[in-house]
Amino acid sequence: MPAKKNAPIVPNFGDDEETGRKLAIICSKGNLDMAYPGLILANAALGEGVETHLFFTFWGFDMIAKKRMNDLKFSPTGNTAMHMPIGDVRVPQALAPVPGMQAVATKMLKKQIADLGVPEVPDFLDQIVAAGGHLWGCRMSADMNKFTETDLRDDVEGIISASDFIEKTEGAQLLFI
Amino acid sequence: MPVTTLLDREIHVDDEGFLTEYDEWDEALGAELAKQIGIEMTDEHWSLIRFLREDFKEKGETATTRRVQAAGGVPTKRQFELFPKKPAKKMAYIAGLPKPHGCV
Repeated sequence: MPAKKNAPIVPNFGDDEETGRKLAIICSKGNLDMAYPGLILANAALGEGVETHLFFTFWGFDMIAKKRMNDLKFSPTGNTAMHMPIGDVRVPQALAPVPGMQAVATKMLKKQIADLGVPEVPDFLDQIVAAGGHLWGCRMSADMNKFTETDLRDDVEGIISASDFIEKTEGAQLLFI
Repeated sequence: MPVTTLLDREIHVDDEGFLTEYDEWDEALGAELAKQIGIEMTDEHWSLIRFLREDFKEKGETATTRRVQAAGGVPTKRQFELFPKKPAKKMAYIAGLPKPHGCV
């Protein structure tokens, strides 16, 4: 639309354009720390009016499994980038597998996330669904775990095969996490 | 910073059009901003906008959709219905506040 002379400066929220932009996020990790990137990006995309689909596969399946979704863990083992919350102190890898370390690290990470006002994984998925996001479970992961739809969050729209997911997300931008 | 004219008033805005001066806003201007982006304001819209104004005064930053749900009591789904597609940015614009900085 050509601007009128002296027309007020108004943000363009893109309401007039049908971009058809879609985002597909494949969540394949079930560690607490690796659950978040997909959720944060999905939430951001939905807030920008982008149609968003999440596909939970392999370890990522735990994020939507009723029995497991409240109990995701974070371990410093194998994560050389893990620092203590204060200063730049790294956790020595020799100490990372020490009994109790995983529980401490999980608690610490949960607190850091909560302090930022970011919800826990199940609440976050509630919010994503409320914002119009679509959740899909992976057929092969369900079969491996001997899970059916009743074992998953009620708002998972279906357990589908990889090719179904590819078909549903035709034209989408894709993220594998 | 650009200056634009709405309701015959000079308003300071950023390059996109979001107000930059908290005190230049009142509800008459809020109604005009809503009109500019095609939102018809109801009591429900207004109570949400008032929450955003108050919350900004207290916290110094614009509430995200998460905070509007957690502290403002309006579910995410409802926010998307009231301010379609881009609720966080549209609410901020009508409330005369900067875009939210938070990721969630």
